[in-house]
Amino acid sequence: MSYLQAFGHYLPERIVTNPDLEQRTGRDASSIEKTSGILERRYAGEGETVADLAFAAANACLRNANLSPQDIGLILVSSGSSERTFPGPASVLARKLGLTATPAIDIPIASAGSLIGLAFAADLAPRYGNVLVVGSEIMSRRISDSDPDTSILFGDGAGAAIVSPEKGFLRIADTAIFTDGNYAEALKLDHNGAIQMKGLDVIIQASRKIPRAIEDLLTKNNLEPADVPVFLMHQANMNLIRKVATALQVPAERFFSNIARYGNTSSASLLIAASEWRAVNPAPLTTPIVLATFGAGFNWGSILLLPA
Amino acid sequence: MSTQAGILKVIHAVADIPNDPAPDESLFDSGTLDSFTLPDLVTGLEQEFNVKIPDADLVPERFDTVTKIEAYLNSRKN
Repeated sequence: MSYLQAFGHYLPERIVTNPDLEQRTGRDASSIEKTSGILERRYAGEGETVADLAFAAANACLRNANLSPQDIGLILVSSGSSERTFPGPASVLARKLGLTATPAIDIPIASAGSLIGLAFAADLAPRYGNVLVVGSEIMSRRISDSDPDTSILFGDGAGAAIVSPEKGFLRIADTAIFTDGNYAEALKLDHNGAIQMKGLDVIIQASRKIPRAIEDLLTKNNLEPADVPVFLMHQANMNLIRKVATALQVPAERFFSNIARYGNTSSASLLIAASEWRAVNPAPLTTPIVLATFGAGFNWGSILLLPA
Repeated sequence: MSTQAGILKVIHAVADIPNDPAPDESLFDSGTLDSFTLPDLVTGLEQEFNVKIPDADLVPERFDTVTKIEAYLNSRKN
């Protein structure tokens, strides 16, 4: 059995608005909001690295869990925007935390990475003890102004979670992760390139696969979407979130969203959303919560959380 | 109702257009469909024609014109 013990997050200070991007890309600011639901996003400072953002989020998470780095038995870091091919940010994060022998593993998957990290952590926590899961991204350096359809979506940030084998405020009841490599070319970031996205393929597959992943997981656990008052989903696009809500026949208001303020922070977005949601809902929980993500690969999945 | 008429009924249900698109008019180039109305079109086609469209068949080019949609639906019936 594994539990979610705490969340944490970090967002860079620099705010980039839609009018800012209109100047850079020529894309009308109001159309950016209409097509994505995004009003602004954060960009990392010039000297900040993916590991720096991860460290800040990890520290916030450790504070919320009342733990020290020495209490961590395993680190999993998801990022699609690491500055180099190897080593990824996991080992640098471990060093920043003062850990020199704790295993720190990279999950080089973009958007769905942090959910996959949580799913792995749920299985690994009984063996390794507390698992620190981090999603950290600096996507602002991986976009091209010549592709405004894609570049207007992304922002930077990091989110973190502690998965404990002993205690927490939510029990990780079940997980489901999937990959379909037929779409590996539909959303990709080549070495030294910019993110390339075939929006039609991404949206149509996401709008079908996410609801199915959620429904199948709930059915397996004798639940229905109507039984779930809170859904925490990858913050890719507000229109996609509404579409998933419609497919599940639940009000869109059940989907926590901060995409208007941060844009799509790829693998960080799920944990940033979870951290912000938990901060305003600190009371003991009595109802199910569902996490869901979708992204490059395509990789996607869902997690069912139940009261501890 | 003919297959084309059924397709047009679904298109009008998911897109705000005053007239029927021409059979070979690109629904994407004309703005009739976009990334967020295409999933609705596919769901509408599944319901209208009582067919199950697998994810692997959800290639945007396949749904670009009324003629292409009709050809695809006919292939699902065969």
